[in-house]
Amino acid sequence: MNYQADNKGFYGKFGGAYIPELLRRNIDELENAYLDILESEDFKTEFARLLNNYVGRPTPLTFANNLSAKYQTQVYLKREDLNHTGAHKINNTIGQILVAKRLGKKRIIAETGAGQHGVATATVCALFGLECVVHMGALDVERQAPNVARMKMLGATVIPSTSGNQTLKDATNEAIRDWIANPHSFYLIGSVVGPHPYPDMVSRLQSIISEEIKEQLNKEQGNPNPNYVVACVGGGSNAAGAFYHFLDEKEVELIAVEAAGKGIDSSETAATITIGSTGFIHGSKTLLMQDDDGQIIEPYSISAGLDYPGVGPIHAHLAETGRVNYISATDDDALNSAKVLALNEGIIPALESAHALTALDKIQFKKDDIVVVIVSGRGDKDMETYMNNL
Amino acid sequence: MNRIDNLFQNKKQDILSIYFPAGYPNLNDTVPNLELLQTAGVDMVEIGIPFSDPLADGSAIQAAAKQSLDNGMKLRLLFEQLKDARQTVSMPLILMGYWNTIYRYGVDQFLKDCKKIGIDGLIIPDLPLEEFEAHYKSDFEEYGIYNVLLACPETDEVRFQKLITATQGFLYLVSSSATTGGSVKLDEEHKAYFNRIKKIETPSLIGFGINNKESFNYACQYANGAIVGTAFIKALKKNKAKDFIKKIK
Repeated sequence: MNYQADNKGFYGKFGGAYIPELLRRNIDELENAYLDILESEDFKTEFARLLNNYVGRPTPLTFANNLSAKYQTQVYLKREDLNHTGAHKINNTIGQILVAKRLGKKRIIAETGAGQHGVATATVCALFGLECVVHMGALDVERQAPNVARMKMLGATVIPSTSGNQTLKDATNEAIRDWIANPHSFYLIGSVVGPHPYPDMVSRLQSIISEEIKEQLNKEQGNPNPNYVVACVGGGSNAAGAFYHFLDEKEVELIAVEAAGKGIDSSETAATITIGSTGFIHGSKTLLMQDDDGQIIEPYSISAGLDYPGVGPIHAHLAETGRVNYISATDDDALNSAKVLALNEGIIPALESAHALTALDKIQFKKDDIVVVIVSGRGDKDMETYMNNL
Repeated sequence: MNRIDNLFQNKKQDILSIYFPAGYPNLNDTVPNLELLQTAGVDMVEIGIPFSDPLADGSAIQAAAKQSLDNGMKLRLLFEQLKDARQTVSMPLILMGYWNTIYRYGVDQFLKDCKKIGIDGLIIPDLPLEEFEAHYKSDFEEYGIYNVLLACPETDEVRFQKLITATQGFLYLVSSSATTGGSVKLDEEHKAYFNRIKKIETPSLIGFGINNKESFNYACQYANGAIVGTAFIKALKKNKAKDFIKKIK
């Protein structure tokens, strides 16, 4: 079974580039260049250097003593929370800014929900002296004031999206419209979503997560493969990166946790794979939350980073082929797991990452199982939510 | 003969095509709007299928689509509304919508319903030509429905020639690199693009940013006519549709 994109960007029947003719030239330009760039020695060297001495990689693989005792299994935490800017998002923005630079782009466009990708983009734009425009739903601008302030301090222009429900989906629409109107800009997408080649490019850039896990586990226990890798999935970039080098390792079971919001049977959920159906969103054929008329349904999750009505086409394919087991966790499940991690290991996770940690409650792992859980980000940004709910 | 071909055979210039979203401003306005436009002497109409996330459209059309959806508009209901439209409306009719809505409805059923009503063509901005040709072309042909393609200033020469050959009925020329609802740019760069258009033999209409008589006339110097959307929607909202058409013609 092949789990990677073919040369048209299809993962099985999902993926592709369903874009207006207005974006054709931009997409063609990127599609024709991205693999050569990513595979060039000069890119690899610069990317590795920045990940090491700017981002702070490799991130630790922490053996969680107390959690392991509590859950009667062997829990390792992949510490993406310790990256510069506080989440895995920066792996991707560093990579894409190097691609943009090689394409001679001077103006960078990004979308953001909670603001993590916006901050990571503003950061690399400051580093490389490029103009940065971040589209953010007007509602999110209000809800995520600290991240808006960070982006502004980093020199980015934050444009509130006032269309639709004024959240991530609408910010993405506005970012794409900005790109249509400014064809010489570079659109720096934050997840494994959007038209080909973005899902494949972002997966490759995030694959550093699984590359490091393999090396670290090999050093620690003489075997690069754990029994399980667990990650949360919204658009799905940290999960794509965490699974990447394990997809063909049959003995490694892969688990992804979606945000169920108030429950998959409630109307307030973001569990796209669990309740979604095949359709087209932001230039990609994938699973999405839609009504009978093909209108896209607004998602809900307490975690702004998982609050997206679609999912990367790679995940639609991994779900369909059964390679990854997709489960879901409610707001309450996630809040509880965040509290457990904080009290037992002294780590406050992002709400997104807390969804991944719920797998320890939901699945009965064996005593000898090696379970790697991705802590995709830290919880500083979520303190207000934690204080209001715990 | 397809009504679109008929139109372009009989009229070579100053063709006025109007776009408006179904179910706007009120749910049951779709057919009355069509009748009003026909009486006012409009040559062709594009009926927008409202979609929650219209990527190629600007804020005015997205807001109108949202209002239409809030009014209760659905694709099934649109076909119901248009059931008897051909008794009073003889001009070519095009449906413009996004691929997700059509895919969800079922492509074959959609084409069947279009044919039943007398729809002549479709404009689907996010259905790429390659996907259309690989999977849907023969279905469209079976039902006699045209697939109208868009080209824009960013389109390179090779692609432009491909679009000219592959489009059916006419080529929809996007005036500038922008979503709908802007203004036509009259600078040198765009003149070169428009001059490229002037040379082609495929029937063509210019759209995006045509908002008054001046820009309509300007577009008509280069193409067989023009398409007006956002500016007409604004007039509809103010209940001034008839005056608007009179002024632009």
